Amino acid sequence: MSECCCGEKDIYLPELATITRMQHMNETELFLHLELDSGKELGHMPGQFVEVSVAGIGEAPISNTSSPTKSGFDLVVRKIGRVTNAIHAMKEGDKLGIRGPLGHGYPLEDMKGKDLVFICGGIGLVPQRSLINYVLDKPEDFGKVAILFGAASFEQRLYQDQLARWAQNDKVQLLETIDKPHPEWSGNVGVVTTIMNQIDIDLANAISLICGPPIMYKFVIMSLEQANVSNENIFVNLERRMKCGVGKCGHCQINHHYACQSGPVFRYSDLSDIPEAI
Amino acid sequence: MSIKKISKEELSQLVSTLIASGDRVEGVQAKDDKFAFGPLTSADDLRLDYDVTLLSPRKYVLPPVESLMTFEVGGRYQSEYDTEKLTLIGVHPYDMIALNQIDQVFSQDEVDNHYTTRRKNMTLIACDVVTPSENVFASSMGTATVSEGYDILLTDIGDAYVADAPTEKGQALLCNAADATAEDLAKRQAVQERNQSDLNRHPLNCKIEDLPQLLEKAYDHPVWEEKAASCFSCGSCNQVCPTCYCFNVQDDVSWDLKSGTRSRAWDGCLLENFANVAGDHNFRKKRNDRFRHRLYRKGKYVPEKLGIGTACVGCGRCITACVPGIANPVDIYNTLLNDIKL
Repeated sequence: MSECCCGEKDIYLPELATITRMQHMNETELFLHLELDSGKELGHMPGQFVEVSVAGIGEAPISNTSSPTKSGFDLVVRKIGRVTNAIHAMKEGDKLGIRGPLGHGYPLEDMKGKDLVFICGGIGLVPQRSLINYVLDKPEDFGKVAILFGAASFEQRLYQDQLARWAQNDKVQLLETIDKPHPEWSGNVGVVTTIMNQIDIDLANAISLICGPPIMYKFVIMSLEQANVSNENIFVNLERRMKCGVGKCGHCQINHHYACQSGPVFRYSDLSDIPEAI
Repeated sequence: MSIKKISKEELSQLVSTLIASGDRVEGVQAKDDKFAFGPLTSADDLRLDYDVTLLSPRKYVLPPVESLMTFEVGGRYQSEYDTEKLTLIGVHPYDMIALNQIDQVFSQDEVDNHYTTRRKNMTLIACDVVTPSENVFASSMGTATVSEGYDILLTDIGDAYVADAPTEKGQALLCNAADATAEDLAKRQAVQERNQSDLNRHPLNCKIEDLPQLLEKAYDHPVWEEKAASCFSCGSCNQVCPTCYCFNVQDDVSWDLKSGTRSRAWDGCLLENFANVAGDHNFRKKRNDRFRHRLYRKGKYVPEKLGIGTACVGCGRCITACVPGIANPVDIYNTLLNDIKL
């Protein structure tokens, strides 16, 4: 057991990153800002993900939530499995293993000059934030922005400070809803499709970007199709078990696609004959 | 180099020399009334007349469990590589073709240097089939003979072997062997032609090039549900398959909780939790979806990914291993051919 014979990079070897800032967003979501110990930037594009390692526990795929226009990178980690439970027990200054950036992000060139409609369910807001902030940092390159955010409950609304900042931006129309009523909530109650008719942007000529729980996609796409949005103008961000992240281990396959390579962001028209996708 | 001929006695001496060198030598041996690849301690134990081995030689290129790296808890990770030299003797053509496919998977796009390091340290001696196994259908899959990937290919012509060594590693082992005569080569051709038609206990009723097109039209066919109704989701078909390469990764911590090992281990797409994500959402929860996925990987997805004919090499191991008797790929493809017009 020693050296690789060919001098090639070990595609499975994480590099260390330090948690420089962390904040509990609610009972299950933890915000982390990380910097690579090498001093280099991660070099990701919006929509890409990283494999996050806790040595001794394992590895989990987590979406980047920050725009590459900022230094370091942000992750939001839901406390749901062994790795993420271990991350929730960490503190600032602790180290995580990082592999990435991995996968295929949003096709930025195709979006230039277009109005963008972000439709997010729950932590589906997290990967979309990487593109939303990228777009708002380059306002001359993109059109208007609508952000639709549906949370399962009042307590599970994420990024409230961030949402408030977006709401103040002239380019942004922010629409929020929660699935269940709450005494402190005076806004819309219902699933995210119930606020889609309030979008000011001409949907048929805009790019729509969807990220949320598996059940959400079908209903949002039905609503978009009713609004004459073509499948070419819909992008979906699909979660799968991206174990190796480099198209080898087979766990994330969506029929013939490897979500970790062809995705996680897919143009919906590319999935029309992919029954396992939605 | 020209094609050589070595007597059975000379092969035995060659194997004895390899064993005596102290390098790791593994080959096919009898195991009760079956055959298996295992460590060779005597050339007499080598059985090149075997029908099929219980497990395929995939276990040498992708071990059932393999350390990828060590780590310090909370600290750095260090890659680990298997650099042991290994000579593997007795790989049948269908298994050789399977190894060639796995080579391609781990070398394409991002190179897996754990795999390529181990592979570069291997010397592969293949052999043409002498005894067809009870469930082989390599003739139907175009895998009854092989033309690349090995260091030496031995063909039993009765009193001797014809030995083709296309690589330097193979040629070095055969440097003292005499050239094969035209008569020897004719005998070899006869063996290979016979195998191309006779390794066919389950004939496929179409050309392998037609399989992707057949499967394109078969996604909602009732055969998936009918067969999968008696599937145990045990993953035996995955475990014995020479072309299955999916793996899981796991961390193990040493007793002092200060360091540990990250390993990969075989996984199988028939197992219920294969496509599970955190939060217990299973993207392939139904048995028939998992059952269909395996057949689509063999007949469509992997062939399209690698640009090859088929990722089922017709060894027949899944047919033998499947307790409810539903895994036979030819049976399924032929059922589809009855109902679907190509």
